[in-house]
Formats: sequence, structure tokens, C-alpha cells
Amino acid sequence: MFDININLILGQMVLGMVNGVFYAILSLGLAIIFGLLGVINFAHGVFFMLGAFAAYMLGETLGIGYWGALVLVPVMIGGLGLVVEVVLIRHLYKLDHLYGLLLTLGLALFAEGAIRIFFGPQGLPYSIPDNMRGAVNLGFMFLPYYRAWVVVFGIVLCFATWFVIEMTPLGAKLRAATDNPAMVQAFGINVPVMLTLTYAAGVALAGVGGVMAAPIMSVDPAMGTNIVIVVFAVVVIGGMGSILGSILTGLGLGLVEGFAKAVFPEASSTVIFAVMVVVLVLRPRGLFGKMA
Amino acid sequence: MKNGMPEPLGFTLPRAIFFAIFVIFVIVAPTFLYPIFLMKIYCFIIFALGYNLLLGYTGLMSFGHAAFFGMGGYLCGHAATDWGLPFELAVLTGTIFSTALGYLFAKIAIRRTGIYFAMITLALAQMVYFICLQAPFTGGEDGIQAVPRGSILGLIDLRNDTALYWTMAVIVLAMIMLVNRIVHSPFGQVLRAIRNNPVRAKSLGFDVDRFKVVSFALSAGVAGFAGALKTVIFGIATLTDVSTVTSTEVVLINLVGGIGTIFGPVVGSFVILSLEHFLAPYGPWVLFIQGIVFMVFVLVFRQGIVGGLQKVLRKQL
Repeated sequence: MFDININLILGQMVLGMVNGVFYAILSLGLAIIFGLLGVINFAHGVFFMLGAFAAYMLGETLGIGYWGALVLVPVMIGGLGLVVEVVLIRHLYKLDHLYGLLLTLGLALFAEGAIRIFFGPQGLPYSIPDNMRGAVNLGFMFLPYYRAWVVVFGIVLCFATWFVIEMTPLGAKLRAATDNPAMVQAFGINVPVMLTLTYAAGVALAGVGGVMAAPIMSVDPAMGTNIVIVVFAVVVIGGMGSILGSILTGLGLGLVEGFAKAVFPEASSTVIFAVMVVVLVLRPRGLFGKMA
Repeated sequence: MKNGMPEPLGFTLPRAIFFAIFVIFVIVAPTFLYPIFLMKIYCFIIFALGYNLLLGYTGLMSFGHAAFFGMGGYLCGHAATDWGLPFELAVLTGTIFSTALGYLFAKIAIRRTGIYFAMITLALAQMVYFICLQAPFTGGEDGIQAVPRGSILGLIDLRNDTALYWTMAVIVLAMIMLVNRIVHSPFGQVLRAIRNNPVRAKSLGFDVDRFKVVSFALSAGVAGFAGALKTVIFGIATLTDVSTVTSTEVVLINLVGGIGTIFGPVVGSFVILSLEHFLAPYGPWVLFIQGIVFMVFVLVFRQGIVGGLQKVLRKQL
């Protein structure tokens, strides 16, 4: 049952970083949206899935490849996010947070159903960009260039987001509005527009994640719902209070998952949930969470 | 009680009338509707009644109730097939296991409140799903098949669809009465106090967390009971019953029927299961339409069908 092989463990942990990057990107968006809007965006996984499908469609219909998609898809998904916030989500701000969860759950079913109707339930292939083929020998494993790119780019993206929120005037306004929206509104900042843009930015981030995932996971309608539940556990483990905390928790859990895959493969799908239980017992507010 | 009116078993006059209408429906329905379909609806009514106890009357949202429904079914199927237990004991096994599992879930999830509570239950249920997917006793993708129906105390043979129908009819009606009794008992009043104002309930000396855990375990037990019955009716326990799809379904049933009403789960189950039944041949359209129903009810009709009726009649149903 327990197969200890250092090369295998290291290899799986490096690959686990790939998943960790997706967890980090998604939990980051979830945390930003929840912080300002008070809505847990169940549809977050669906925007991730839509990002992958958008990349696929850009390739099929317009011949736009991976690099083009990486730039265009976040704009498209962000635009979709604008519409969703204006048409649906903003009507719920005065209600209990649970209604936001229910509404976005409905949105997730709706979008997943629509994609299944158009594309069928099976996964679609999306190939790795030509200039990313091949692998590098790390001594203990062959790491495909594309996966290395996903890890590096994902981490850069996360820290760029962190920088915007923590170090720029725009981020300062955002943090102020999270803390006290009425006061920020009184200073002449248009908070409703800010909410809309925040939602759009959060889901655009998920859309980029989807493009990055397209060549690795197969592009299929269920990919979003599957990952969003894991990301919920990640968010519970990390706590949504801290941006840096979300990033570190996401990456760390990717490593844990990779480790489990090497040592005890049967547990690899449940290990994150098990970590969640342990964290809840030992430190209920989450690793980086503030006390509510 | 408010107007000094007697409430035998928690039944006010309007509720009694509604209950009588449903009794008549249950009696005449098999003449024009397929009994197996009706029994499936009755299972989901029981499931939704249990869920409503938690969401509607204690104010706790669980996104993981499929774990209890599904595990109740698995345990019942396993007990009846591999251990050879009779109908009553097999269903009891499923119910007890789900109650215990619910207690465990609640003990973990209670450490956070509100939105986190919902996310934790969802994550725990997903963990149960993955365990069911891999554990040998659930039969993986195949599920547990050919579960024998058996008989009630060796007297009523449940292999006969008609006998099974009347058994289910009695059970679903009894469960409505039971839940109504619980909700309108002193215990139920404490639960509603916790739902409306947990801080105040605590200041009045009630151990809020303990009541929440008991309510959760009770709700999980009812869900497990429903899952066990479903396994008996269809002779099969599968992964679907333990998946997120089923957790979502019971939330939708309550939302459409009316959260925090006795008859909401009844109406909601009929609406949602009929919808699924008629859309089933169109595959992914089920998901699509369910999503729309979800959004419409959350945005414009949060009180649900029975909740809306309550407003019109100005009576608690």
C-alpha cells in the first residue's frame, strides 16, 4: 500500500503544483468576490470551464491559438461577468449570503446544462501550443515545458493580483470598500460600479485558469463543478481573510495532493477534504483566517 | 395556541385541511399515475421533509444531504443483500448509520457558521462520494444491485407493487405528521428561536450548538430513512444518490415548495420530480431548466409555492 520512492514523490509533488496553481487562482477570485460582494460564487467553477470552452471555440472557429486565447478569453469571461452581476447578482446584496450561493448555484447548473446541450457531455481535445512541446529533465523526472509554464505563469498571476490589491491606490479603494462600503461611497467613489468590476475581474481570473487548464485537463462540461468543490475546501482551510493566505493555501494543498498521489493514490481525491476536517478541529477559523 | 385554538399534534385547521387533501390524493393517485413514480416522489418528500427541518426550521443550510440519503440507501442495500436482514432491520440500519454520520458532519461543520457551514457540508459530502466511489462494499460504478424487498414482519409481501405502494403511502403520511409534531413541539420552538435569533436564544440559556447538532442529526436520519426506502423500492443503491446532484435537488425542492413550511416539501417534490420525469429524455435540458428554476425562485419568489399560498391565505401552512 505504501510505496516510498523519492523520485516518484518529488515528481508527483511537482505535478501537484499544477493543480495547486489552479486552486490558488480560483480561491483567490472567490475570496476577492466574497470579500467585497458577500457572495460565495458557486458559478466560479463554471467560469473556469467556460474559459476552457472559449479557448476551444476560438481555436475551432477563428483559428486563434493558445496565446491569443490567453489574452482574449479573460476579456470575454470578464464581459460575461459584468452582465451576470448587473442582471442577476446585484439584486441580492441586501439579502442573506445564502441566497447568493443559491443563485450562483442555479447559474452554474444553467451554464453547465447549456454547454452540455451544445457540445455534448464528452471531453474535447485542446492541444499544447507548438512552442511548448517537449520536456525538461529535472534529474528525478521529465517535466513537460507546458506544465512548468503553467506553474510559473500561475504564480506570477497570483502575485500580480496580490500586488494590485495590496500595493496600488485601486487596491486600497477596494480594501476600503470591503471594510466599510458606506464610508467609501461617502468619499465619492462609485461603489456599485466597483462591485460590478470586482465580480468581472474575479471571474476573468477563473477564465484565465480555464485557458491554462485546457491543454492539461480535457475540456469537458463537468470540469468546473468538480474543481469548485475542492476549491471550497481550500477556502475553508485557508480562510478568506487574506489574499496571500489564499495563494499559499492553494499551492500548499496542490503539493499535499501530489504527495498523496505518490504515497497512497487511493486517498488523493479525498486528502484535501481530510485536511479540511483536521484544520476545522484544530483551528476553526482557517490557517490565515481572522476571527469572525 | 395563539388564539387559544387547540392544535392536536400541531395541526391547525388549515394544516389539517391540507393534510386531508393530500390523504385523498394519495388514495386516488395510483388510479391515474404510475405507482413506482409516486413512490419515488414519496421518498423525496420524506427526504425534503428532513432537509426542511434543518434549513426551514433551524436556519442551517447543508449542501451535503446526499451523503445521508445515499449512505442510508447503501447501508440498507448492504444489510438486506449481504447480511440477509429483513426489510425493517435493513431500513433501520440505513437510518441509524445516516443519523450517526449526520452527527459527525454537524460536529465538524458547527465550528463555522453561515456560508462556511454550507461549504463545509458540501466538501464533506464530496469526500463521502469519493469514498463510495472507491470502497468495495458500494460496488463502485455498478452500485448494489438486486436488493431484495422482503416483507413487513413476514406478513405483508412487499414484492407486490400494490402492497409496497400502500406501505409507502402510510409511511409518507406518518412522516408528515411526525415532522409537523416535531416542528410544533417545545423542541421545535427552540429550533425556530435559534433560526430567528441565535444570540437571543443563547442568552435565554439554550445550548444553541447542541440543538443545532441534534437538529442536523435528526435531519440526516430522516434523509437516510428516505434513501433506504428508495433502495427497497428500486432494488438498487447507486452513486447518483450520494452525489452533489442529489444534494442540489433537495435544496431546489425546498426552495420551490417553500422553505420553512410543512407542505413545501410535498409540493416541491411533485413539481421538481415531474419536471425531471418529463425532461429526462432530453438529457442535459434537465440541468438547464433546473438552473433557470433556481434563479427565478431565488430572484422573485423566495417564499416558494406554499409560502406564497400562506401569504394569500394569511395562514401558516
